[in-house]
Amino acid sequence: MFVARSIAADHRDLIHDVSFDFHGRRMATCSSDQSVKVWDKSENGDWHCTASWKVCINSYYTEILLFLFYFCREIFSRSGNVCLRSWKTTHSGSVWRVTWAHPEFGQVLASCSFDRTAAVWEEIVGESNDKLRGQSHWVKRTTLVDSRTSVTDVKFAPKHMGLMLATCSADGVVRIYEAPDVMNLSQWSLQHEISCKLSCSCISWNPSSSRAHSPMIAVGSDDNSPNILAKVQIYEYNENTRKYAKAEALMTVTDPVHDIAFAPNLGRSFHILAVATKDVRIFTLKPLRKELTSSGGLTKFEIHIVAQFDNHNSQVWRVSWNITGTVLASSGDDGCVRLWKANYMDNWKCTGILKGNGSPVNGSSQQGIFNASLGSANTSLQNSLNGSSASRKQS
Amino acid sequence: MSSLQTGVFLKQVSEDLFQILPPCRNHPSCLTDTSPVVPGADPARTQLCFEWGPAEMLLCETLFGRRGGERRGAPGGSAGPAPTGCGVAGGGDGAPGPSRVFVVRRDQDIYMETLRKLFNESHGIFVGLQRCEEERAARARNAQLVQVSKNYRSVIRACMEDMHQAAISARDSALHSQYSIQVSILSAMELIWNLCEILFVEAAPAGPLLLRLLDWVQLHICDVDNMVREVLGSENPSKHKLFWNVVDIFVLQGRMDEARHLLSKEAIANPTSMNMYKILDDLMKKMPVPSLGNTQTLTEMELKWQHWHEECQRYLQDGTFASNSHMESICKILLGDENAILEKKELMTTWYHFLVTRLLYSHPTVKPMELRFYAQSSMDMFLGEESNPEPLDTILMAAFEFELHQVIKECSVALSNWWFVAHLTDLLDHCKLLQSHNLYFGSNMREFLLLEYASGLFSHHSLWQLGVDYFDHCPEYGRVYLELHIERIPLNTEQKALKVLRICEQRQMHEQVRSICKIMAMKALRNNRLGSALSWSIRAKDAAFATLISDRFLKDYCERGYFSDLDLIDNLGPSMLLSDRLTFLGKYREFHRLYGEKRFSEAARLLLMLMTAHIAPCSFWMTLLTDALPLLEQKEVIFSAEQTYELMRCLEDLTARKLDKQKFQDDDVETMKVEMLRLALARNLARVIVKEGTLEGS
Repeated sequence: MFVARSIAADHRDLIHDVSFDFHGRRMATCSSDQSVKVWDKSENGDWHCTASWKVCINSYYTEILLFLFYFCREIFSRSGNVCLRSWKTTHSGSVWRVTWAHPEFGQVLASCSFDRTAAVWEEIVGESNDKLRGQSHWVKRTTLVDSRTSVTDVKFAPKHMGLMLATCSADGVVRIYEAPDVMNLSQWSLQHEISCKLSCSCISWNPSSSRAHSPMIAVGSDDNSPNILAKVQIYEYNENTRKYAKAEALMTVTDPVHDIAFAPNLGRSFHILAVATKDVRIFTLKPLRKELTSSGGLTKFEIHIVAQFDNHNSQVWRVSWNITGTVLASSGDDGCVRLWKANYMDNWKCTGILKGNGSPVNGSSQQGIFNASLGSANTSLQNSLNGSSASRKQS
Repeated sequence: MSSLQTGVFLKQVSEDLFQILPPCRNHPSCLTDTSPVVPGADPARTQLCFEWGPAEMLLCETLFGRRGGERRGAPGGSAGPAPTGCGVAGGGDGAPGPSRVFVVRRDQDIYMETLRKLFNESHGIFVGLQRCEEERAARARNAQLVQVSKNYRSVIRACMEDMHQAAISARDSALHSQYSIQVSILSAMELIWNLCEILFVEAAPAGPLLLRLLDWVQLHICDVDNMVREVLGSENPSKHKLFWNVVDIFVLQGRMDEARHLLSKEAIANPTSMNMYKILDDLMKKMPVPSLGNTQTLTEMELKWQHWHEECQRYLQDGTFASNSHMESICKILLGDENAILEKKELMTTWYHFLVTRLLYSHPTVKPMELRFYAQSSMDMFLGEESNPEPLDTILMAAFEFELHQVIKECSVALSNWWFVAHLTDLLDHCKLLQSHNLYFGSNMREFLLLEYASGLFSHHSLWQLGVDYFDHCPEYGRVYLELHIERIPLNTEQKALKVLRICEQRQMHEQVRSICKIMAMKALRNNRLGSALSWSIRAKDAAFATLISDRFLKDYCERGYFSDLDLIDNLGPSMLLSDRLTFLGKYREFHRLYGEKRFSEAARLLLMLMTAHIAPCSFWMTLLTDALPLLEQKEVIFSAEQTYELMRCLEDLTARKLDKQKFQDDDVETMKVEMLRLALARNLARVIVKEGTLEGS
């Protein structure tokens, strides 16, 4: 691992998310400064910011309107003044997450923010002189305003399902939207609302496009009240009822969950799910045959934990798989990103550590901020070989 | 380049290898594991936010805890996080400096321009090896595999020479040292590969084994070559102060003829001790060597050896050489005296040279399986007690011990890229060695390493094309990996898209083919290149998208009055049937062509058919009817009576439908059009009745 480049992102506040597009030629960043930026990689490998815009509504007039809207909704719903109180203090929003749609749908971004909204953005190819200046023009196609609280995550569904989007919010609702006409992104219909009872922090679609697998979404909760409720729930789409229903809950995960990620399927019959909680956990979910399950068409799963690492020492905030689902990266309170890999014996080991030590970096220098362990990719093999020779001795 | 000065490099290698090792226990980043961290206790502490890309990873500093931490503190919990704006105000709250995003890559070596040759040429050898037939006779097969192994090595050598030249010509000292490091790593690779070739691929039996090892040592221990050249080049070699060193080197490396040649010069210079030289020369000449052919059996060889050994022993005990310490020590070496050989330590430079010399003079018929004992003791004797073996030593030792698995393992740890282990393991697997060594996961390991190597290639903007063939030869996961990687190749240009597409089509990867075409179609549509968009969506067999683009074409036509991309639409052929709208587009264009070619009656028939067969969308009927106007107004009658009735019915259908839907717009243009059409239709009907009547009458 080595730092090939460092880019001055020029956000005025903390960056909350960075996101590569499908081909790794563009990236988007979002920040507490309420803005989203888009970056393009030039032919010589340099990154240039080609668009930057404010996400939240900050005109005074619209704020008053929004206030009235929430006020009325509170009165009608008679659910107390909780939301109203939070309204007073939060009239602007950090953008938590930003994510790209598959390029089959064009150049489309979704963001979710603290101002209770998620938004869909589309790049417009114009003949204006923007292009000459190397700038692109993004327009907001829709604002999804159904949530009453901060929208904590937004994810596009796998492309074989069409242009679909899931959001989850702190009030414990997962919403699934669909754009029926991919050429008209201002039309999104709310297809499903799943109530998870617990404050939601993250969602992950199962990427499997196999016909044997129904659409599936995993939801994580960062609810930290002292209870023993399962913090990871798995919802599956039921063809008969045309609804998402809870298929499983990971009962062993009772601590707050900050991130969750299904691995690419690789044609396997089972699914692999990584969970970021007080440690990194990797689960396999083996679907049991339908006739063995009694609950009306819902798949039941045999769940195994295949790995659990507490090397981050404390909270783990992000987990994510590489594109082949062979390396899992996790980021935690120790300020490191750790890479985990299974060998051909299915032993999971740490294969690399990336650390940010806060020291300034010279643009050209390669021994920069990240003390990557060199040859890290190979450690797995070493470990794996160790493991296998051990098992050989036993046999 | 006569000599690569490999010996010097080898020494460097060992140091480099050590640096490359991931010493996780004392790695600074691992130290944090032991220091307790209270979550959120240190607000200045930052975490890392990251994202995987196809080739790179993004990293940037962030504070996840801020979101979670404040929520924890907020009363009620469900009320949501506190305002985030305060982070800016309360600057002490870990307010970040200039926010930076870091692009991190995994395989540095993949990006080294100088290693391209290695990747490119070894790819050809790899593909050739996969293709060669299995059925051949064992012997021919073995010879073939040895040849493949040699080819791999020559690629390494060629690459090493290039790198060496580059290092020499590099002006920048940093660049120079970078190249030199690469040269030393490559030379270590070649050294290991060569030993593996002798021991595993060729599997030389006792006898020839020693000769191969001697060649191996001669080929790789080259740092004494300078000394040899200096002495031989001097005016009077025998007077040179390094003369005896060179003789020793020749003896230690088993280069008897060269040693005798030098000695003869010395003998001429010293006529007094002529006899002594003659005896030593005789001994050296008579030394039995294992032959490569099967002309003598091992026992024969051993008998001869025993005899010669006793002769040497006799001369030594006689004190024949007592007057000349140099010659006495050579005689001791010939007798395999370990201490005498060890005295020449600095002339051998490495323990494996010592091992081979020791075998040459004490166990020339060593069997492959006995190697491990001699190797271990040689290393211990040579390095002494205190020094730790370096990675290269461990790898070679594992090879001498025939621990294939250990060799691959150590190499993966020590080398900074997957190239070496992937290719070596593949070759060993083709030798059926992994199974025979009871590595039941051998083929898995081969595939694992190849997948890793090929995945690395895919992170490079042009080397990815080599990776395709490696994935093709991974039976279990190769295809899935290829699918996942290839769809991430950036489709910057049409040519690149076509290249990727061809690869997918050859492998019947339908979903990827569809996806690539769809992406290209979308891209073209967004840039208003309708023709390209249409042809891509036809390739993707995407009916909905083809309909959409056809509509765009028709809309553009209505607005501008002409079609763009004519040759595409004219040559749609059977692909026209992909969607109704596309069919209509093709047919409508055909109508225009017929009209242009003044084939009016055919054009008229086609136009009518488009409406009556409901190929044309209703919204387009008005345009079609308007297109009929000039035909109706021609001098000669084109529409028959029956056709005119049909046209009238179409017009009435259309107006009726419009009335149904909404109040007929009192749009002047529209009304006028309808009126004009009615008039033209009526006139045509009148003309055609007259004409048909007269025709019948006549």
